[in-house]
Amino acid sequence: MKVMNCPLNGPRNISEFAWGGEVKPMPDPASVDDKVWADWLFLENNEAGVVREWWCHVPTSFWFIAERNTITDEILKTYAAGDVFNSRVEFSKKAETK
Amino acid sequence: MLPAFFPLKILRYGLSGKYPAERFIPKAQDLKKSYDVVIIGGGGHALACAYYLAKTHGITNVCILERGYLAGGNTARNTAIIRSNYLTPEGVRFYEQSLKLYREFSQELDFNILYSERGHFTLAHTDAAMRTSRWRAEVNKQLGVDSELIYPDQIAKLCPHLNMSDHVRYPIMGALFHPPGSIARHDAVAWAYARGAAKMGVEIHQQTAVNGLIIENGTVKGVETSRGTVYANRVMQAVAGNTSVVAKMAGFRLPIKTIPLQACVSVPLKPFLDQIIVSGSLHVYVSQSSRGELVMGGSTDPYGLYNTRSTLDFKEGLLGHMLELLPMLGEVKVMRQWAGMTDMTPDFSPIMGLTPVKNYYIDSGWGTWGFKATPVCGMTMAHTIAHDSPHDLIKPFYLDRFVDYAQVGEKGAASVGH
Repeated sequence: MKVMNCPLNGPRNISEFAWGGEVKPMPDPASVDDKVWADWLFLENNEAGVVREWWCHVPTSFWFIAERNTITDEILKTYAAGDVFNSRVEFSKKAETK
Repeated sequence: MLPAFFPLKILRYGLSGKYPAERFIPKAQDLKKSYDVVIIGGGGHALACAYYLAKTHGITNVCILERGYLAGGNTARNTAIIRSNYLTPEGVRFYEQSLKLYREFSQELDFNILYSERGHFTLAHTDAAMRTSRWRAEVNKQLGVDSELIYPDQIAKLCPHLNMSDHVRYPIMGALFHPPGSIARHDAVAWAYARGAAKMGVEIHQQTAVNGLIIENGTVKGVETSRGTVYANRVMQAVAGNTSVVAKMAGFRLPIKTIPLQACVSVPLKPFLDQIIVSGSLHVYVSQSSRGELVMGGSTDPYGLYNTRSTLDFKEGLLGHMLELLPMLGEVKVMRQWAGMTDMTPDFSPIMGLTPVKNYYIDSGWGTWGFKATPVCGMTMAHTIAHDSPHDLIKPFYLDRFVDYAQVGEKGAASVGH
């Protein structure tokens, strides 16, 4: 079986992981309008080549980022999401403003 | 009088110029400078569209540009199942029209596609699946589609080969029975449309890649191909699997992920399985082709890829579940395996019709449901191109439904578990 290197648990079978889709810059949920939100939510770059994606190690619920080539099916790199994202998004703000 | 199979007689027949082999499409020629309509992609949907453009709308100055060879993509890689027992009224109406066109197909195109009505059984193994089956049956009947929820005693009578035991991981609780469910020869469908279209003047160019689009002031003017520039009044793309790559040339993004779907066939067996057996919960579908091979498929791969590799994990999962349903197949060998690249959409419905670029049309979002829709896609896309306005049957499948939050949640798709 194909093996993926989890930043938390080390090399594990690919069947232990769930694919989370492209890493896309999220618009600010507090100020965004519905159209921009739909764009972010649904539209995909669906790139043929090297992509940066969310993956989850299901048994430990650990979300991380993987760089992968979608033409050759090679996993190039995996690292913790904390290496890229270092501030918290407050989703509750939007509800309060409404 | 010599018998018909006498070797010399066959040889004489073969060498005689009186019976030349029929050439379906004329030999490749030079590309013209411009066409009324250029279609990117040479699969079943593109060929069907060209056929209906010529036949129904009298538009024959049409050119099909195919990067590889005719119908070598998903048209050649599906499991050839035709049915209309979907869940949403939009889906049912659309696929029911396709089924009607398939029934008359061999007659209308004078080409035997080996259309064979088998009866389609979607097995339910959980209360949730039973509820969805009942829901689908009622929507189907309301729209005039022959469909009913049946219970284990009837299933055992209609499919005597199925393992109805309670002592399995997922016992069979019921099934959505769709008598008109059929299979057909997929290659023949493409060849028939290609021959029909070519006879009316449509040009089919294989080994001709489209590398770019010419767009001026938001209107498409033509395409850049590996054999030079071709101008066109209208352009359609029908390239499921590579949809996002081609749409990128046109400058827009789509809610599509390219995900492989794998399938395999067994060695040929004597005819024993008349029915098409599907289980959404177990991710299995199996039918026996007219050649005797069992054609088997499952769910899409767990992650996206622009690649048609096969994996052992897929076969282990699929065949393990299939042996629970049909245990007597334990000693049967798998003969061939393959994969296709599907266009998965978030709501399991296609994306068809107009695009942000004027005179540029799209036929995409063909995840695991494209082959059965081939004739109706051709018919509706031809109408859409000829009138620059979407056909009524495909209006719900418009691209901006995602921005409008008006998705068509098609839980009757083969890839959806219940």
